[in-house]
Amino acid sequence: MRYRQAIALLALFGLFVAIYLWLHALGFGGAIKCGASGGCETVQTSPWAVFLGMPVAFYGVVGYCAVLVVALAALRPAALPQRGWNTLLAALASVGFLFTVYLTYLELFVIHAICRWCVGSAAIITLIWIVSLIALRRSE
Amino acid sequence: MNRFFVLVGILAVLLGVSVFALLRGGGTAAPAAAGPPPTVTDDGFRGYALGKGDAPVEITEYQDFECPVCASFATIQMPTITEQLINTGKVHWVLRDFPLPVHKYARFAAHAAQCAGAQGRYFEMQDQLFRRHQWAQTGKDPSDLFRSFAQAAAVVDLKAYDQCMESGRFAQRIEYSRQEGDQLQVDGTPTFYLNKTTKLFTSFRRIPTSDDFKALVDSVVAHSPKKPIARPAHH
Repeated sequence: MRYRQAIALLALFGLFVAIYLWLHALGFGGAIKCGASGGCETVQTSPWAVFLGMPVAFYGVVGYCAVLVVALAALRPAALPQRGWNTLLAALASVGFLFTVYLTYLELFVIHAICRWCVGSAAIITLIWIVSLIALRRSE
Repeated sequence: MNRFFVLVGILAVLLGVSVFALLRGGGTAAPAAAGPPPTVTDDGFRGYALGKGDAPVEITEYQDFECPVCASFATIQMPTITEQLINTGKVHWVLRDFPLPVHKYARFAAHAAQCAGAQGRYFEMQDQLFRRHQWAQTGKDPSDLFRSFAQAAAVVDLKAYDQCMESGRFAQRIEYSRQEGDQLQVDGTPTFYLNKTTKLFTSFRRIPTSDDFKALVDSVVAHSPKKPIARPAHH
């Protein structure tokens, strides 16, 4: 139960980071709050900031939303003893983690700019992924 | 268990408020050309345009210079669109201003582009503003930076540029364009219209690519009645 709670809380934070970046990409809000390094604007205006016609942050919103909803559903008293939820959470987290690995690779080696918000999101999804794997092992 | 769901709810509200605060937060004070004018009159200007005026398709783009998506569209998609659709005479591309109120220097940037445009350097200035878009991230007063952009855009008379910016010469023109966009229900930037009235790519704020425009233009050209072939007159 603790693992699922941790995943839900992490996903909630991740969701709001993604919502902020998404709304910013859509033109809401002023300059991105990113510190003086300027990396966020470079990343957000790079050709890789749009994936299949949508801002990358949109996929973050969808992904974190999915993890949050599944984690909360898994926390219902009736769902607690069911192990399938752990598999589902680990699968979702793995997809998110792989996408993040790809995006971080782009930031480091292609765009050559680091966006703090993206690093924040990468840290959150990595934690979710680790917790979900631990939960999966413990439930076996 | 219930306590956990309450905690998640409270956290969600707190995070929501933080995101709202982050989006609302502004930078430093804006110069004169950065604000909306008290009155608006129509000076007859309908936007700088690329391509032939009699092209079969007219696309109007409402843009905001501070918006990152507008910047990436201008720098990544527009070169292909210019090469494939504008230079080939298929599209007349009209640029209109729609500075969003949440963008502190969007109106100021639009004004800088207009002041450069008064000296025939609108597109060069637009290029500077979009390609060197880091200014949109610092929140600092970009007056000096824009002046250097104007210089880089080969604006010859910088004194006239300064005067233009200080007097807010085109503030009404920009506001007129924004109000026009309001009437057309522009709800974000960039927003595109086909032949002035049909809003394009509205589904879920999808950001179009040059391929989307190519498909659109091809389909419009294929479905429009062919122009009668001019024949020599017989008398």
